[in-house]
Amino acid sequence: MDLMEKLTILSDAAKYDAACTSSGVDRKGKAGGIGNSSACGICHSFSVDGRCISLLKVLLSNDCVYNCHYCVNRVTNDTPRASFTPRELASLTIEFYRRNYIEGLFLSSGILKNPDYTCEQMIETLRILREEYRFYGYIHAKAIPGADSALIARLGMLADRMSVNIELPSEASLRLLAPAKKKAAILSPMRQIRDGITENRSDLVQYRHAPKFAPAGQSTQMIVGATPETDYQILRLSESLYQKYSLKRVFFSAYMPVAEDNLLPSLDTKPPLLREHRLYQADWLLRFYGFTASEILDEQHPNFNPFLDPKCNWAIQHMDQFPVEVNTASYEMLLRVPGIGVRSAKRIVSARRTGSLDLDALKKIGVVLKRAQYFITCRGKLPDAARLRSDNMIRAVLSDKAAQMIGTTQGEQLSLFHNPNLLTREDVMKCLTGEL
Amino acid sequence: MSDGRALISYQYDGSFDGMLSCVFESFVRHENPTDIFPEDAPQFTLCPIRFVPTNERHAKRVAVSIPVKISRQAADWVKKGFLSCAEHRELLLLRFLRLGYQKGAAVTRMLQQETVSELFHAVQFIENESHLLKGFLRFSERGGILTAVIDPKNMVLPLIAPHFADRMPRETFLIYDRTHEMAVFYQNRQMQIFPAGEILFEPENDTELLYQQLWKQFYRTIAIEGRYNPKCRQTHCPKRYWQNMTELCGEVLGNSARNPLKKASDSIIMEETARQNLPERTENHDLYFKS
Repeated sequence: MDLMEKLTILSDAAKYDAACTSSGVDRKGKAGGIGNSSACGICHSFSVDGRCISLLKVLLSNDCVYNCHYCVNRVTNDTPRASFTPRELASLTIEFYRRNYIEGLFLSSGILKNPDYTCEQMIETLRILREEYRFYGYIHAKAIPGADSALIARLGMLADRMSVNIELPSEASLRLLAPAKKKAAILSPMRQIRDGITENRSDLVQYRHAPKFAPAGQSTQMIVGATPETDYQILRLSESLYQKYSLKRVFFSAYMPVAEDNLLPSLDTKPPLLREHRLYQADWLLRFYGFTASEILDEQHPNFNPFLDPKCNWAIQHMDQFPVEVNTASYEMLLRVPGIGVRSAKRIVSARRTGSLDLDALKKIGVVLKRAQYFITCRGKLPDAARLRSDNMIRAVLSDKAAQMIGTTQGEQLSLFHNPNLLTREDVMKCLTGEL
Repeated sequence: MSDGRALISYQYDGSFDGMLSCVFESFVRHENPTDIFPEDAPQFTLCPIRFVPTNERHAKRVAVSIPVKISRQAADWVKKGFLSCAEHRELLLLRFLRLGYQKGAAVTRMLQQETVSELFHAVQFIENESHLLKGFLRFSERGGILTAVIDPKNMVLPLIAPHFADRMPRETFLIYDRTHEMAVFYQNRQMQIFPAGEILFEPENDTELLYQQLWKQFYRTIAIEGRYNPKCRQTHCPKRYWQNMTELCGEVLGNSARNPLKKASDSIIMEETARQNLPERTENHDLYFKS
């Protein structure tokens, strides 16, 4: 089988892995070697589905002995099988890297023979890259659940980021759809990686040149929409993963029906892309905006509002805390204003040290006011648009797509004679918070 | 004039030192020129023009004073602002420096000021574009040398070249900036930037074409059909970069009409360039590699 065919089969089999980030580690190149790595990560291309391509994402082999119902590579599926040899894959990685196609390698694998053998093959690939080619670029390796802990430890020494896929958001779903994967078997390598990273950190304090264990941390991924968990459960799970396992990222992957199975949603199910999008938005709120899962959703509202992003949704339910004065509000509070992100909040905090800010100044700073204007005051004044037409708020905070979904008109005929029954700000709020 | 501008325009040789000499000139003569432009730029001014010769000593005095009297960040902004594609960037930099000498280190935080915000956005633009190009640039191997062509709006070469030099210290590479007709050549830890109207590349060999095919195939395969979203792709990867990207150049309309590797008339033959004949005019841009 030639290289082209192998690459096709094995990248096709790997494409459902969501993670393709190359971030989290800063490393300079070294003389005689090839590659470096920057903490912000670099996207090298975007595929036609809009996802970033940063790493050469392939399986070492799709010749899997497991039979997970949701997976294309399950042993009972009739699909072409292929395996790279470690040397073949290492050389392909280097050739792609030299041409600046990729930032590094994302290596995963089906279970070839048994977990230990698979893990050894992956280690050999990374060893060739790191030791023979002296490759200092980014490597993301999937820990193989069930592999010997010594092998996982070795893999972590060669890779920048490790990940173990939690696959499904609850143990019951896991039992149902992935009978060969036990919760314990998934969590134990996760724990091992976490401990490896912590231990390594204290070694590094003592010995500056101690080899680094997974310096870019670990991540995980779960499938959303194949099983009946609510958004709240999923969010709580990711929150606890961040806290207990110090994960760098939790990825969500909208369930794509790839297999006909009576345990799964039918093949014509549309992937829940909006839900996945909302989960990512909420995930950002957890990681960068100081929100907790129970602030974003709760038992009474266990699912996301399809029309509003989670931050807007929170703001509208907490209008008593708004508007905030941009010149005095704390950084934490600025972050909670819809339309103000981390960058804008930082710029505001920095710029207001040199003089008070008005609306014009906010525009110059680059703050997007479309949404924010309804939640802020500048020197005690509400921005004009917000003051004049409070009913505009609903249109402004909705994304264009959501507005289309609801079917609101995007503008209206002005009338000289009477004021048509416009929604008041209170009505809008009630409608959105579900009281009306 | 009411805004304190003198009825005079400065002209300089287009180099960074030349621009700094203009700044010096403006301070020494206590005058605010209406415009500052490089000598090869088209001139649309009715004011009298004074040519300000580049004076290394003057330029150095200005360059040294910026990190001391304002801040290192301001010095960084001035360098990047000079490389940016902002309109009347020299005048913008002069206004920024005048404000900076007055306000000190706080100036880079004063984003509500017109001048500062304008420069800030120009710096953001060039930083953003060079970040994107660190990813979107594509090398192809021709005669043992990695070659790439880019069409950036800003003069990003001095910002991206060190990244590739650090990344691939053993390679020899040449990046050609078609917009500004400049190229950077790297070999054996030596890097040089030089003007180049046109570069004739050697043809790609079969191995190179094979890897391009493999990459295109990977690119096609990795997309998930059920998530098809070309608009999202275009948001993240603007179309103006596509013509130089191996996997996307085929999707640009009318691509066949344009030979990606040809422009202008005066040509530098790749072979010579690579091995011996590096042009002399490199001094203007060396500055950026020292820091």
